[in-house]
Amino acid sequence: MPGLTFEQIHQKLVEKFGDAVGLLSPPKKDPFCVFAAPRLREICRFLKDAPELYFDFLEDLTATDHPKDNLIRVVYHFYSYRHRHLFIAKVELDRKDPQVDSLEPLWKAANWMEREVFDLFGVTFKGHPDLRRILMPDDWVGTPLRKDYVEAGGYLGISNVRDNPLDLYLNMDRQVRAEKAAAEAPPAPSTAPALAAAPTASPAPEHKAES
Amino acid sequence: MSLDQLIITKFGADADHEMILNMGPQHPSTHGVINFVVQADGEVMRKAVPQVGYLHRAIEKIGEIVTYPGFMPYTDRIDYLAAMFANEGYALAVEKLLGLQIPPRAQYLRAISCELNRVASHLVSLGTMAMDIGAVTPFPYALRERESINDLLEALCGARLTYNYHRIGGVAFDMPDDWMPLCRKWLDHFEKILGEWDRLISFSEIFVERLAGMATIPAEMAINYGLVGPNLRASGVDFDLRRDEPYGAYPDFKFEVPIGKAYAGSHRGGQIGDCYDRFYCRVLECRQSIEIVRQALDRFPPGEFMAKVPRKIKPEVGEAQSRIEAARGEMAYYVVSDGGERAYRVRARTGSFLAMGIIEEVSQGLMIADLVALIASLDVVAPEIDR
Repeated sequence: MPGLTFEQIHQKLVEKFGDAVGLLSPPKKDPFCVFAAPRLREICRFLKDAPELYFDFLEDLTATDHPKDNLIRVVYHFYSYRHRHLFIAKVELDRKDPQVDSLEPLWKAANWMEREVFDLFGVTFKGHPDLRRILMPDDWVGTPLRKDYVEAGGYLGISNVRDNPLDLYLNMDRQVRAEKAAAEAPPAPSTAPALAAAPTASPAPEHKAES
Repeated sequence: MSLDQLIITKFGADADHEMILNMGPQHPSTHGVINFVVQADGEVMRKAVPQVGYLHRAIEKIGEIVTYPGFMPYTDRIDYLAAMFANEGYALAVEKLLGLQIPPRAQYLRAISCELNRVASHLVSLGTMAMDIGAVTPFPYALRERESINDLLEALCGARLTYNYHRIGGVAFDMPDDWMPLCRKWLDHFEKILGEWDRLISFSEIFVERLAGMATIPAEMAINYGLVGPNLRASGVDFDLRRDEPYGAYPDFKFEVPIGKAYAGSHRGGQIGDCYDRFYCRVLECRQSIEIVRQALDRFPPGEFMAKVPRKIKPEVGEAQSRIEAARGEMAYYVVSDGGERAYRVRARTGSFLAMGIIEEVSQGLMIADLVALIASLDVVAPEIDR
């Protein structure tokens, strides 16, 4: 694509910001680099305003949860319409209390995307004008896209868990047969064998139960 | 936060003296289940705050539970009006992770099915836009044409709405033998219909007056708020992923990219980036899609329709992003793999989600009826917003 390559953009960032910009990951699949969270807004302002970079489109803002590394990585995709180049950056946050600066003052597109990350991952964006849940109901408890999220099992007292319908039918069928057997089994045990053949003729609605 | 707190935060502490209306989530003109909390001074709104999430089905979470090929039907439901694009985006992302090359016939089939789906989606958008403004007649005209597309795509892949046609590595079925002449016949027919559409509604005086100069979004604002697709092009930004970051078979096709030019005319107050521009860009895009399908049918290559894909799809550790020009704008898929059979994270960033973010800003000072026109012109659909 016309415009700078990942390596060239990364080079420019390293020249300007030094340590705050991590190494470029290996270029197989999509290369990305990790920014230091405290200097995120500074670096992003440079990405947006520098004439040779001019990333005017915040293409995507999302997060991935890594409980094994105890991190939540917020992923940013930047694109420039002027130069037609793309850049991917990540910020690594502590899973216990993930907080990072909001990019809303720079790109208004970040407004809703950061709200979604707040809603589904629990990341707080400092300086966001309106940080509240967007996809889940306002009184939802929990951050659903985290790996250790346990489903609530219901909302406002209405359960969303039920038994497997096949199990329900099997149980119902067993119960009906047991009742029929109890009703037709005579109190005197001497005549039991002759009448025991009757219950099998009951019309069971669920044929699968017989398999 | 509760609705009272929302009202105080968004509209000011003494806002409860003003009229606060609730538009939606059940509403025929909100293009799905979307709620708008509107502070209105009579007919004129101060602000419309959208509340979304009524159609949230946790598709991204499901992406972590099902296998890579098993996720394909779920992508249909991300935007059921333009499902082929969602399929293709996901397939492209996973193919990038696997490093697969797709055979040319499969790429052409993808392009043909996607462009037909684009026309179908635009027909719904244009028809519902006219209906929301009050012109009820064009809606069945648009849907009548869409029925033919549904029949064509049903012959191709078996479904009319949620196609599940693209696969990781190609497409599911080959083109039937008698499909091409049927498609060509329909393309010729539809070209005449587009002329009829223009005479019916596009150049109708009342329609243009309603939309001209309405909710103008200048180019920098559109880029900053992240508008994509026809919304962005109507604001004057000349960018189309099919031409500028091409993927699949699109480098082989010649087509124009319509951008906003104040089609309503300056004598009616038309401006670049108003509602009428967004409407008319979609009409012009339908015409270009027909061109693309014709060129694809003329040069349709022989060969396989599916690449050699391993039995169990287990990409290496890594991540990939794919961007496609869907009917509602650029859809970007971001798939993270940890080496297993199931994805670690699937993310679908859709055009409608970003378009909703601009409504609060642009709706200030509009009338409630104009809010309907604004939502329709942005072509938002609830499943894309909520996923």
